[in-house]
Amino acid sequence: MLEHNSVGIVSPQTAHFNAPLPLACGKVLNEYALVYETYGTLNANKSNAILICHALSGHHHAAGYHSEQDDKPGWWDSCIGPGKPIDTNVYYVVSLNNLGGCHGSTGPTSVNPETGKLWGPDFPQIRVSDWVNSQAALADHLGIDTWAAVIGGSLGGMQAMQWSVQFPERLKYCLVIASAMDLSAQNIAFNEIARQAIQSDPSFCEGHYREQDTNPSQGLALARMVGHVTYLSDDAMANKFGRDLRSGSIEQNLDDEVEFQVESYLRYQGSQFSTAFDANTYILMTRALDYFDIAADFDGDPVRAFAATQAQFLVVSFSTDWRFSPRRSREITNALIAANRAVSYAEIEAAEGHDAFLMPIPRYLDVLRAYLGRIAEDLL
Amino acid sequence: MRLDLTQIKQWIHQGAKVLDLGCGDGEFLANLRDSHEVQGLGLEIDADNITQALAKGIDVVEQNMDKGLDNFPDQSFDVVVMAHALQVLHYPDKVLDEMLRIGREGIVTFPNFAHWRCRVHLSTRGRMPVSKFMPHSWYDTPNIHFCTVKDFEALCRQKGFRIKRREMVGETSWLARTWPNLFATTAIFKITR
Repeated sequence: MLEHNSVGIVSPQTAHFNAPLPLACGKVLNEYALVYETYGTLNANKSNAILICHALSGHHHAAGYHSEQDDKPGWWDSCIGPGKPIDTNVYYVVSLNNLGGCHGSTGPTSVNPETGKLWGPDFPQIRVSDWVNSQAALADHLGIDTWAAVIGGSLGGMQAMQWSVQFPERLKYCLVIASAMDLSAQNIAFNEIARQAIQSDPSFCEGHYREQDTNPSQGLALARMVGHVTYLSDDAMANKFGRDLRSGSIEQNLDDEVEFQVESYLRYQGSQFSTAFDANTYILMTRALDYFDIAADFDGDPVRAFAATQAQFLVVSFSTDWRFSPRRSREITNALIAANRAVSYAEIEAAEGHDAFLMPIPRYLDVLRAYLGRIAEDLL
Repeated sequence: MRLDLTQIKQWIHQGAKVLDLGCGDGEFLANLRDSHEVQGLGLEIDADNITQALAKGIDVVEQNMDKGLDNFPDQSFDVVVMAHALQVLHYPDKVLDEMLRIGREGIVTFPNFAHWRCRVHLSTRGRMPVSKFMPHSWYDTPNIHFCTVKDFEALCRQKGFRIKRREMVGETSWLARTWPNLFATTAIFKITR
């Protein structure tokens, strides 16, 4: 039985594109497919469309269920649905799997039509600006000239910002959640540890693991474990696991094999992820994160980057997020203030660390609801 | 709308770019937007106020002005307003400096601590005044830097601020205007450098 405020059963769709897509790396993707879902109804003048951009390990399935038997809804179901902050009674919501992904859109797990073989590690390096170009192609395909809003958290927030710079006239509002204008050295370092974990797995086979009928599961699991720790706060982990033991004992005079709850949890998360996610995609997505710099084409000056944007902005951060800390969100806000753009900023008190952006935290939902209500009032 | 805000409204020109320090629920900026088509931005630290301001379509940035305003460029606003917040600041003098760095004009309102009721309360009872306007006990109050009309004017002189306009609100308007330090409950100043 589905909840009354769920978008219900949804089916992914696929859009095929035959127009070549020039990429930031200099290569050209001659054809590609994007898998996406939509929730709600596009209105007659097509003014109520919202684009959801996913984060590192995200995909197109943001809300609702794929079948009655599905035990878990989409990754942002807390925010998207009838009566929810991103209200599907009001908005037409589009959520896609990014290019280079491993959930149906063209990526390393697809066949390269020119060679007839899997792309694997030879899939071109994708940057955030390429995603935005491909998302613009999807918008054209759906007949959407201007998004009411582009919304994203973390890496998704980078895409939202990039949209405002790359296609200033194609979005009215830009919601940037738990994100940053570029990654810090510490952040790049964590991504490199994750990549090294994958690449040093003997089963990685320099990225050709599928042809060898194997999978760098160990490395992928380890990468996810490192990532997962950085998405949580110290407090959140203390609250969730503390020093609880799952098995064994550390009593005096006992030489038990001991397993802490947190170890077991991380291993489970890692192993789940390693069966569900593609290693080459993980490498590609972390590189897209590392390379992103909103000011790269503007002499490193984000104020100049934002100067020609036309959207109105909402920036949101979470108090215990240390991967994309409130300081990074304040930098975005301040660049927008200095660029004389319309911007609002909220810093949400939350114990959940970076993961907070996916959680139904009451104040967070209130802020989104208030802002999305204002967008509806302005545009619809 | 509060009397001081009604007064401030008359001092702001059509289409002005206005920064409201301590914007509360955004009521004032929403009002100004509707009547004066201002481009407004509020600063606020209270979560509920921020949500309410957003719902009204007011842009609001969560920021504590006591911790600095150096993220705002020089002379980037026409007017910087601070209504009934001076007395809660740790560094009211520094915030005033910043207001006039960021804005061409500053508008400040504050409760006048030299109002005759305060004086009578203090002189007859020997206790810190508690009233409708100042409902807090001395040990548990957001108001840590009360001043008087004269104090504020002295600070402006000391800092070289020019007082462009001055309006006083009191129970009896003419008394408040004639002897502001005694009869004004709220003082409203428009200052520039």
